Amino acid sequence: MIEVRLFATLREGRGKVFFLEGDEYSCGTDILKEFQIPEEEVSIFLINGFHSKPQDPVKDGDVLAIFPPVGGG
Amino acid sequence: MKTRYKRNLYALSEDEQKKLSEKRVCIVGCGGLGGYLLEYLLRIGIGHITVIDGDCFEESNLNRQLLSDENSIRSSKAHTAKKHAYTVNSEVTVHAIDSFLTENNSEELLKGHDLVLDAVDSLAARRLMGRQCAKLGIPLVYGAIQGWYAQISLIMPGSGMLDLLCGQHTEPSDKSALSFTPAVCASFQAAEAVKYLCGRECVLDGQILYVDLIHMETELICIQT
Repeated sequence: MIEVRLFATLREGRGKVFFLEGDEYSCGTDILKEFQIPEEEVSIFLINGFHSKPQDPVKDGDVLAIFPPVGGG
Repeated sequence: MKTRYKRNLYALSEDEQKKLSEKRVCIVGCGGLGGYLLEYLLRIGIGHITVIDGDCFEESNLNRQLLSDENSIRSSKAHTAKKHAYTVNSEVTVHAIDSFLTENNSEELLKGHDLVLDAVDSLAARRLMGRQCAKLGIPLVYGAIQGWYAQISLIMPGSGMLDLLCGQHTEPSDKSALSFTPAVCASFQAAEAVKYLCGRECVLDGQILYVDLIHMETELICIQT
């Protein structure tokens, strides 16, 4: 399974944590498509805690954390 | 130690209190985060504070900006901050800059400070501030809010962390902020700032604290590049 953790506004209308079948997704972009998250709405994309790009490959057992940009003050 | 700082004692040592009185801190922005940050720094006894903001208060600020009230609408945020500061702690030297941070003035305004606190309200302003802090070798305590969410980090010069947080993204369309969100974010920023200025270990160096006030969750994210 691939664990996908969404943060901040990305949770709205979607939820917090999801477990996806590992062999159905080859890269982070596939995961973003699954959740209908446009790439420009992603600020931080972590694979197993490492700063990554959505284009990077994902595999069974990975934990993804996806954050949107936060701009206010 | 002065009576006004008596309740700081034990949580801070006398040496640390003295150290804080000698520090120069710049708060960029006097809105949601900036109002709370100023309050915290004044009361804990930071010696010299610069506040930078070229904006004036407007009615839509009243829901969250501590320095705004019904009488301060259309008043300069920076000058209002200085006036307020004097009523809270007249021993603190407060320098008010009634101007936005720009490519032309940022080096001049930020240099000479021990620490910069991020209280700006856009990614573009953050990028500019971050670039200038890196160039001048000044650490930056990053804080950003949106709705019920906040993110905080300590960005050391050359770490590249701010590029990661702000990237090349467009400004979020959701500009919402609730009364308590900047207070929470600024509290974490101020705590990290005080630890840095006292020479203590700073947990948020290289990490991002993410706060979700809807689910009452905090998450410390270590960024490994």
